[in-house]
Amino acid sequence: MAAVQETIEQVRGIDVDQYRYGFETLIESDKAPKGLSEETVKFISEKKNEPAWMLQWRLEAYRRWLTMTEPTWARVDYPRIDFQDLYYYAAPKPKKTVSSLDEIDPEILKTYEKLGIPLREVAMLEGVEPKPGEEDPARRKIAVDAVFDSVSVATTFKAELKKAGVIFMPISEAIREHPELVQKYLGSVVPTSDNFYATLNSAVFSDGSFVYVPPGVRCPMELSTYFRINERNTGQFERTLIIADKGAYVSYLEGCTAPQRDENQLHAAVVELVALDDAEIKYSTVQNWYPGNSEGKGGIYNFVTKRGDCRGANSKISWTQVETGSAITWKYPSCILRGDNSRGEFYSIAISNGYQQVDSGTKMIHLGKNTTSRIISKGIAAGKSQNTYRGLVTAHRKALGARNFTACDSLLIGDKCGAHTVPYIEAKNSSATFEHEATTSKISEDVLFYCIQRGLSQEEAVGLVVNGFVKDVLQQLPMEFAVEAQKLISISLEGSVG
Amino acid sequence: MTALLDIRGLKAEIDGRQILNGLDLAVNKGEIHAIMGPNGAGKSTLSYVLSGKPGYEITGGEVFFNGEDLLAMDPDERAAKGLFLAFQYPLEIPGVATLTFLRTALNAQRKKRGEEELSSPDVLKRVRELAKQLSIDPEMLKRPLNVGFSGGEKKRNETLQMALLEPKLCVLDETDSGLDIDALRIVADGVNRLRAADRGMIVITHYQRLLDYIVPDVVHVLAAGRIVKTGGKDLALELEATGYAQYQSEAA
Repeated sequence: MAAVQETIEQVRGIDVDQYRYGFETLIESDKAPKGLSEETVKFISEKKNEPAWMLQWRLEAYRRWLTMTEPTWARVDYPRIDFQDLYYYAAPKPKKTVSSLDEIDPEILKTYEKLGIPLREVAMLEGVEPKPGEEDPARRKIAVDAVFDSVSVATTFKAELKKAGVIFMPISEAIREHPELVQKYLGSVVPTSDNFYATLNSAVFSDGSFVYVPPGVRCPMELSTYFRINERNTGQFERTLIIADKGAYVSYLEGCTAPQRDENQLHAAVVELVALDDAEIKYSTVQNWYPGNSEGKGGIYNFVTKRGDCRGANSKISWTQVETGSAITWKYPSCILRGDNSRGEFYSIAISNGYQQVDSGTKMIHLGKNTTSRIISKGIAAGKSQNTYRGLVTAHRKALGARNFTACDSLLIGDKCGAHTVPYIEAKNSSATFEHEATTSKISEDVLFYCIQRGLSQEEAVGLVVNGFVKDVLQQLPMEFAVEAQKLISISLEGSVG
Repeated sequence: MTALLDIRGLKAEIDGRQILNGLDLAVNKGEIHAIMGPNGAGKSTLSYVLSGKPGYEITGGEVFFNGEDLLAMDPDERAAKGLFLAFQYPLEIPGVATLTFLRTALNAQRKKRGEEELSSPDVLKRVRELAKQLSIDPEMLKRPLNVGFSGGEKKRNETLQMALLEPKLCVLDETDSGLDIDALRIVADGVNRLRAADRGMIVITHYQRLLDYIVPDVVHVLAAGRIVKTGGKDLALELEATGYAQYQSEAA
């Protein structure tokens, strides 16, 4: 309920004419030489002061990558990427380690302020800590890790998290400070050989977040990472690794923005989640990379591998995504349901407008007994965009009693866009129960007129109807993100009717 | 005195088919006008043309609303200026709570008129009061707009919206369709409560039955896209007895 109530009020406050995150920050940056080679990989590893085993891991991935070819099965169309014409590492100068926010380049702080991301520990400063046991959701604290181009610039609330035993830090630091954890889990969900982009990421990833929640600990606050691509011709290859040990719980949010550019920028991230026995991980994304202009020029290529491993019994991993940006999205946050009675969830809102191309969905791989999964996908296509849901639900021979429920709904706005649903369903044992429902509908002119007759503008009417359409998924987001997501939904549909 | 609504020689067509054929009608503040007529006479078209539904082409005539050129206004502007259409078949909006819809509509209109928007608690208070008068269960306000509502609930909800938005001119399109006699009475009571010296109403209906409950000041007969007869409330009873046949042949 709360998620859809405020829609229109918020829409009004927003300058909808432009991608409002499209500004560039003028800071000096330290870049690796253009192009990709073993030298580039070594350069990155050296910049990060990495141990030898990490460099070795990267080099193996790089050599593997040289033997691979780009996947072409997705319903997306783009010119070949020249991988030698990219920068693989860009760090804001000065590159000395920052120990407090005051040491961060004020230009970067300003950038995050413009993005509305609280890097300063505002709640603490205001002294508005809720009383124990009485959670005020509007003022709930969120620990933020901000990644600017390739480098993590700030992580907030470190001390408070440490008290709870939670490790939340840039992965580059974790490689140095917690090598035993990183070595044990890195690449254990998405192996270096997994796919073209994941392998590339393994070779050149520069930063990202690392989270470890110890046994029995419920992480005391939402963890959040904001990714920002600033540099021209730079790929961003972040790597996120989250581990919830036995009986632990963590909720993690990520947000993404980039400046407006004429050329396309590559974003190839890898996210790995590991949930041990009785653990739960909730991972939410609001993705708003620059989608390109109204002629389809520029925009981010978002080629991302996200996978969660329900490694322990009774574990649970839940993905929620709101995808509004990127010129091309190629993304399938998936769950491997290995532990008996484990559960995977995927809630998705994917909006495409202009010339955007979205090919997104999920994989639910049932390996353990009595594993369950649920997929709720809402695709909205407007303008001249193409929006594809691609999903795989599979139950292996030993996954007795596996259950899945899938609902894919597509909404079309206008008559020049396309919505496609490509579900793959495989059951290798006879006790699995899979349900699949799919609908495709066009936004109804009569419904819009009904709203307009009550005083809403055409755009307010579309915003209201679409927010109703995606309500089931919005409800899955933490409240702070639900509000932001609603605004984004309305902005990204700007100009979709006319 | 300027009429609240002044329609002069209105001609309109849809898909190249002429529906309104030189319609004249003036409604003053405080008056209730009933428009009766056979199926296909143009009753619903009149309501859609007044409210600005896309797809209709105006091929002649003028319409003034409080002295302003109504046909030059966008549909949402007409709503904000106080023109309300109670739909014959109210639309469903899945996922949007009735209360959210009511608040969004009210504040959209207020904002267009340069008035301050009302806070959620203020809207809720007003809606609750009005809902009570219309015997609307407060639970209904939480349900998605019109989704799974009975015919009676939908029409009561239209009346609730009308009461909340306080329009200057209410156009009720076949409000009695789909209602049993008890529901009809509740809806009619709600409408009668909205009778006011500064408000006009156009009640479009095929049957005289509704006019037993919402008693009009003037009754018009619409046939083949024109008003062919105007009288007092007795005209409705007369029509009930004689039917529309004579007007259809007259118009043709």
